[in-house]
Formats: sequence, C-alpha cells, structure tokens
Amino acid sequence: MVESSVHPAAGTAASKPYLQIVDVVKKFGDNTVVNHINLSISKNDIFALLGSSGCGKSTLLRMLAGMETPTSGRIILDGEDITHLAPYERPINMMFQSYALFPHMTVAQNIALGLKQDGLPRKEIDERVERMLDLVQMKKYAHRKPFQLSGGQQQRVALARSLAKRPKLLLLDEPLGALDKKLRQQTQLELVNLIDQVGVTCIMVTHDQEEAMTMACRIGIMSEGQLLQIASPGELYERPNCRFTAEFIGETNMFGGHVVEDEPDYVRVQTTELPRPVRVGHGITGTLGMPVWLSVRPERVGVSRQQPTAGGNWANGTVHDIAYLGGFSIFHVRLDTGKVVKASVPATRWREEAAPTWNEPVFVSWADTDAVVLTQ
Amino acid sequence: MMSRLLSLRDSREAASRGARRPTWWQLLMPSGRSLVTAIPYGWLLLFFLVPFLFVLQISFSEVEIASPPYRALLTRAEDVLNIALNIGNYSYIFGDPLYFDAYLSSLYMALVTTLICLVIGYPIAYTIARAPEAKRNTLLMLVMLPFWTSFLVRVYAWMGILDNEGLLNKACIALGLIDTPMPLMHTQLSVQIVMVYAYLPFMILPLFSNLVKLDGRLLEAAADLGCRPWETFLKVTLPLSKNGVIAGSMLVFIPAVGEFVIPELVGTPESLMIGKVLWMEFFDNNNWPMAASVTIVMLALLILPIIYQHKREEKALARAAQR
Amino acid sequence: MNGKNISWFGRVSLGLGFAFLYVPILILIVYSFNASKLVTVLAGFSTQWYSVLFNDDAVISSFGLSLKIALLSSTMSVVLGTIAGLVLARFGPFRGKGLFAGMISAPMVMPEVIVGLSMLLLFVELQQWFGFPAERGVLTIWVGHVTLCMAYVTVVIRSRLVEMDRSIEEAAMDLGVRPLKIFFLITLPIIAPAIASSFLLAFTLSIDDLVITAFLSGPGSTTLPQLIFSRVRLGLNPEINALATITVLVVATLVVGANRVMVKAEQRRTRLAVAT
Ligand SMILES: Nc1ncnc2c1ncn2[C@@H]1O[C@H](COP(=O)(O)OP(=O)(O)OP(=O)(O)O)[C@@H](O)[C@H]1O
Ligand SMILES: [Mg+2]
Repeated sequence: MVESSVHPAAGTAASKPYLQIVDVVKKFGDNTVVNHINLSISKNDIFALLGSSGCGKSTLLRMLAGMETPTSGRIILDGEDITHLAPYERPINMMFQSYALFPHMTVAQNIALGLKQDGLPRKEIDERVERMLDLVQMKKYAHRKPFQLSGGQQQRVALARSLAKRPKLLLLDEPLGALDKKLRQQTQLELVNLIDQVGVTCIMVTHDQEEAMTMACRIGIMSEGQLLQIASPGELYERPNCRFTAEFIGETNMFGGHVVEDEPDYVRVQTTELPRPVRVGHGITGTLGMPVWLSVRPERVGVSRQQPTAGGNWANGTVHDIAYLGGFSIFHVRLDTGKVVKASVPATRWREEAAPTWNEPVFVSWADTDAVVLTQ
Repeated sequence: MMSRLLSLRDSREAASRGARRPTWWQLLMPSGRSLVTAIPYGWLLLFFLVPFLFVLQISFSEVEIASPPYRALLTRAEDVLNIALNIGNYSYIFGDPLYFDAYLSSLYMALVTTLICLVIGYPIAYTIARAPEAKRNTLLMLVMLPFWTSFLVRVYAWMGILDNEGLLNKACIALGLIDTPMPLMHTQLSVQIVMVYAYLPFMILPLFSNLVKLDGRLLEAAADLGCRPWETFLKVTLPLSKNGVIAGSMLVFIPAVGEFVIPELVGTPESLMIGKVLWMEFFDNNNWPMAASVTIVMLALLILPIIYQHKREEKALARAAQR
Repeated sequence: MNGKNISWFGRVSLGLGFAFLYVPILILIVYSFNASKLVTVLAGFSTQWYSVLFNDDAVISSFGLSLKIALLSSTMSVVLGTIAGLVLARFGPFRGKGLFAGMISAPMVMPEVIVGLSMLLLFVELQQWFGFPAERGVLTIWVGHVTLCMAYVTVVIRSRLVEMDRSIEEAAMDLGVRPLKIFFLITLPIIAPAIASSFLLAFTLSIDDLVITAFLSGPGSTTLPQLIFSRVRLGLNPEINALATITVLVVATLVVGANRVMVKAEQRRTRLAVAT
C-alpha cells in the first residue's frame, strides 16, 4: 500500500512535532481556499509546500504568519497555540515573495528594525546586524538603500532581515521567484546551507518542483486547498499516492483501468489502452474490479526491436516521435490501441544497435516493480 | 487514560490561551479604527451632508425681511407645532420661463463645452501619451501648468482678448477681415470660448492617464493586420479609451453646469446660466429660499451623473487594488 | 513601445493646443508692462502697474489673508485627507463606507455654488441654535476650503496607498511593529512625496478659490480672489495684469521646479539601480 501521510499522526513519528497545523480551514466568503489541512513539522526541518498557482499555498503561509486568521482549526508552535496571536506577537518571521524591503531605510536599518522592536540594547542590535550581514555576505552594502541593490542582493537582505530575530519558524514565500533561472539554481543550495547553518525550522512555498526537490527534506503537495501527499522528494517521485501527485511531479505515462486480480503481493490491472493486463508488483487496499490508475515513469519504459522475453508487461507499436535531448532521448511510441507511451532512453542504450527511427515498429516494456497503482 | 485526559486539558488550555483576543491589535483595531474613521467621517457628515438638509428645508420656506431672511419652517405657538411648507419657490421655478431657460441653457452650454473639450483635448492627450517617455513628463506638465495658475487669471486673460476694443477685433481689422469691431464680449460665444479654455485640463488629464496605459503593441498589431491609421483609431484606440472619455466628460460637464464666474465676467446680462441665477437670488435679491430651491433642482439634475461618475472611479480603484 | 518621435499630426495638435493654452497668458503678461492706462492700447514699456500694485494696501492685506487661509486649510485638509485615504485604502469594508467615499469625492465635481450655499446655510442655522460661529470669516472659509481640498488630498493619498506594495507593511508587522507605529515608521515616509504634492494641490485650490469663499466670508474678510473679482467685474485693469503676471510666474517657477526635482530623483533611482 502506498503510505497516506495526510493524517497528522502519520508524520515523522521519530521526533515530537514542533509545529502542528490542526484541521485548518480558510474561507474568503464562500470560497474555501484552504480545506481541512493537517500538518506536523519537526524541529529544523525544511518543509516545502508545492502546488500550482492559486491552490492556497500563500494563504496557508500567511495564516502561519498571522496575516490571515483561520476560519477554523488551530496552529500550535512549540507547544503554544498561536492561532489567534497577532503577527507582531509571533516568534515567526517571513520572507516575502516581493522581498518587501523598506525602501526608505538602508540595508542595516532594514535588518535592525525587528530587533529594535524587541527592545534590545543598541550594542547588541549592532552586533547582530553585523553578524547577519556577514552571514549573507552583504557587509559592503550595509548603508545602501534597497533600490541600489540587484535582485539577488535584495533577496539576501530579505533573508537576513527575517533571520535576524532568530525566529522559531522561518517562512519563505517563493523565496527565489523573483530571480532569473540561472541565479535561482545557484541560490537554491546557498539558501539551504544558510538555513542549516542557522538551524531554523523552515516552511517554504513554491510552485517550482525542482526547487522544492533540491531544497526541502519533506514536501507537501497541495491542490485546491488540500494537502494530497506529504513525503520526501524521492518517495513522492517513486511512490505517489494519487494521480495528481504522479502527474505533478515529473513526467509519467498514465493508464486508466480496473483491477482484475488482487493478491497480497501483486495485482493485475486491465486497461483498454494496453493489449493485455498489466502485472504490478505490490498489493493494494482495494477490491476486485475497482477502477484504478496506473503510472509508469518514462525512464522505466524500455524500447526494443525484439519482443521482450521476460514478464508480460509489454506492448507493440510504432515510433511516433523522437525528442533528442543529448544524454537521452524521449521516444513517443504509438501503440496499436492508439495510446502514445513516452519512453526516456539513455544514449548508451544504442551502443550495440542503431536507435529506432520514425515509424519503425518497436516494443515497449517495463518490469513488475516499475508501475505504481493509484487508487485515487 | 490519564495521559489522554491530560492532553485534553492541555489542548483546552492551549485553545483558551489562543482564543484570548490579544491585546493591542484586536483591541486597537475595532475601536481604534472606528475612532480614526470617525474624524473625517464626522467632518463630512457635518459640513457636507447635513448642509443639504438645511438647503432642502429652507427651499420650502418663504422670504422674510429678517436676519436670516427666511421664515422658519417649524414654529411653536402656544404649544402647537406649526409646519409651514411653502412650495411656491418650486412652482415658480417650473412656471417662470426665466428659470427654465436658465437650466436649459446651462445644460446646453455644459454639453457643448464638454464636446469641444473632447475634440480639442483628445488629440493633445493622445499625442502626449504616445510621445517618447522622456518628453511625456514635460509635455504633461506644460498642459497642466495653466491649471495650477489661478482660475480667475485665466478668465481675465480672455477679457482683454475678447473685448470689443480688444486684441482679437484689432487684429481682424488690421488684417482687413472686418471693418467694424465684432461684438465678441458678453455673448454666448465668449462664454463658450472661456469655458472651454478653463475646463480643458480636466478633460486632458483623465484622457491622458487612460491613453498612456494603452498597449502600443495593440496598435502595431492592428496596423500589421492592415488597418489604416484612422481605422486603427476608430476600431482600437477609441473603444479602449472609453473610460477616459467618460471620466473626462463627467469632470467637465458636471461642474460646468453650475459655472458662475465665467458667465458673470464674460457673459450676456440677459441670457442667464443657472449658477449665476443662484448667485443673484442669493446676493442681489437676498432671496435665500429661492436660491435654495434653485440649488435643490440643480442638485436633482446633477446627482445621477455625480453618482455615476463616482461609481466608475470606485470600480477603477478596485481594479487597481486587485493588481 | 512608443514611436521615437511625434507624428506631424501630433505636432500640429500639440502646437495648436499649446498656442490656445498659452497665448492668452502671454498677452496678459505683455500688457502688464504697458505704459497706457487703457488696457487695449499698447503704448511703450513701463513697470508702473507693478509699483501701483505693491502700494495697493487692499491687495497686500487681502493677499495676506488668502495666504493665511491657504496655509491653514491645506494643513488641515492634508491631515484629514490622509486619514480618509488610509481609511478607504486600508481598513477594508465597513458599514457606511460607500457613503463615506461618496461624500469624499462629491465636492470635486459638484458645482461650487452648491457647496458654498449649502455650507453657508449650515453656518447660519448653527448660529441660530448655538450662537456659534458668531460671524462669518476666516473660520467659516477655512471649514469650506478644508472640505473642498480634503477631497483632492484623499484621492491622491488613496491611489498612492492602493498602488503601494501591501507586503511592505505586512513585513513590518511580521517583524514585530504594531499597527499605529507602522503607519508612522513605514507608511508615512513612503507616501511622503504624495503628501507633499497633495499639500501643494490643496494650497493652490484654497488660495485660488472664489465661489465658496464668497458665500462663507464676512464683511471683514476679503480674500485676494474676491478682491480681483470685484475689480475685474468693473472692467479691464492693468494693475490686475501685473498681479496676474506675478501669479503666473510664481506658479510656473514652483511647478517647473517641483517637476525637475521629481524627475531628478527618479533619474537618480534608475541610474543607481542600473549601475549595481
Ligand atoms: N484576501 C483574499 N480575499 C479573497 N480571496 C483571496 C484572498 N487571498 C487569496 N484569495 C484567493 O485564494 C486563492 C488562493 O490564493 P493563494 O495566494 O493562497 O494562492 P497561491 O497558492 O499562493 O498561488 P500563487 O502560486 O499564484 O502565489 C486564490 O484563488 C485567491 O484568489
Ligand atoms: Mg502565492
């Protein structure tokens, strides 16, 4: 069975949850934007909320920051219920998508503002500002105004500002969304290192799956206000628990069908898109005849000229299209049933023989363990 | 069992701690906010809205030689409350052609002013909006500069030109176009010219801010699809600038209906505009009730355009806030 | 996205437009240096009307009064208008908001005779009931001007607040700053240029107002526009040309200067942003 982690109790059982989001709902008028979300996060985790635009990620984050009040549900941080605390009373800091630097203050003043609110002595404020500037390597720019900085520099100031108060929880809303692609990839690991160095629990929001996979140790997939799956990056990719996740993370071949054989250690799925029932090497919780989805990643699909000998998971078709991508190629194979199957084949596969070309008849195949059955 | 009980109590405590409406934010917000709101709200209620109730009240009263020069609506004589509603002012307004003509000619003048301002203002606003960005700011400033100078000065400037002995007549005679001076001053024409002059900036500014947002690529696309310049204008630019045209027209038309200074200084003594009628009733005839009735009727005429214009502005602002 | 140059059609319409806007003002200025008493006859250069103007006590004292009223009412209208702009842009929906927004914006388009008369009748009634204000004068004019000017201030401030990035204020709250302090520490400095320009706008509206002032002024309080109006009613008057010339020059200098400052600041911003 694919683990379902939506229930709070099913989070990381190893450590006691540091942040608990309990059955939180947010409605704007009749529009339910966040729908019964349960989530536990342990200390020093980097958690990423991943979802398409408008699915309610920012709203959930803003409820954690106190910018919005949940319609119902509770938020507990380090044993304290903070659901109704005002934003300025929460030990939580946020880095905004637009950075939201104060345009009329220098970099140093931006970082110092939060510390001043805590009534720290001047000397300590100066020291801490200094240390933060050091951390993000912005010491040289301490007396510049935000508009005198590049996008990447602004991002670092925003991060320094949100870390300066040593929050219990750091929230990052699309932390790298405003940077261009190249800078973004470079900054991803830098940001993770910084967060690790400071040792802060962190929730980030992104709609870039690559970013989430690179930075987070756990990822929650959000769709239409609901959390569909919470898992590590690898688990999400290899063992999605629903159709949405499987299609959202990476590419996949999806077949609709129903269960024709249900054994404890394997199932057989009949689909009209493949010539014969597919054997899948894991059991499911379901009944005979129930409709299911079958997901097979393109890199698990083999392409050959000869009919595969082992296993029954194969089908014949013709090469419909080839996308050459250097290290590997994507073969679009049109089966006799009309279904087009994508196969990602490494270049090394074609050492012995030449790669098939357009309209050549080929076989596609995969092992029992390469397919995943999705019941929702 | 025990631990479950404990955790239950814990969570209940946590809930009650969380539910405690925190100090400032919640405390300041409802009351602080209404307090802050109350200051400008109260000012406007007292000095803008309530006065209209008095205008309404006095419009139903009668002139009296007293101070203030009208009879109170409510009088108390020997414990009897007397209400003396006098609709004479209104029947006078609707019966006497003087008033009726004044309203009609005010509406007419305002309408013509609006149309002329639109015709003159549109090309100017369009040109500035399409001008290179470096020049745009300067050009706009030059258009708005007269608006910042005194209204009276602008009207006065035309008095010297339109005077029967004035520059325009002299120039025309010098050029041999006419022999004897044309009567320019104190005519409908002079009022019309000066009104266009005075209200032109109010047309150009909203038109400009609408046209400047127009995406130049749309025009290029239209040209690319084979539209001639004037076709592009009629099919793309004009429909897209509808909001600017309406806003500019409203900003000119509504205040122009009640214009007083211009007809007073350059208008004919006979043909009256309603703003001038109101002024004369009030200052010259000392007939406050009549002036109040004239105001109420003018307000009735203008309230719909005012509300319409206001609603449009609010919508535009709401759209801006969405972005 | 725009053409680099202005088309011939644009040039012609701009040329005609600017001629229409500026020729009357230029003629006005030329005639202020006219030696003849007849405003329609050009008779050599002279600055005599300026000396007449500067020795005209009525003009000087009414100017003083206008200045005082303009300063007082623009200050008050900036305070009230900023609050109103904040209420409309930031406080979300509340009961009576529609009426509030309507009352704010109505004085901008409503003919001034209506506003002036209605306000006067209010003061007369107030005096009957409470004996206050005892007579019309600076106080009543001030109230009238504030009501008119705050409408303009509110529009300027409100649209500035609407276009401002809300997350800047949220960031301050997130860092522990309380709402009231956020306004003074963050919002106010950011909208300061808008406040300055709305002050200028309110000032010019107030110092220029004739109609509302006429209804609300008493015997002892004649403002400059009222004085000009009463003289101009009698016909052309070279002294007024001189006064008008000074007005135009002062306003032009101020507006051009303010514009340059703004353009410079903008340039500095973009240059620095590009440089780094
Ligand atoms: N204050 C609000 N009032 C009404 N609706 C809102 C409000 N804030 C957000 N919404 C709606 O809630 C939904 C989710 O918004 P949210 O900003 O949380 O999306 P998101 O997942 O962060 O999307 P994106 O990736 O585009 O940032 C949207 O449909 C949005 O229109
Ligand atoms: Mg978002």
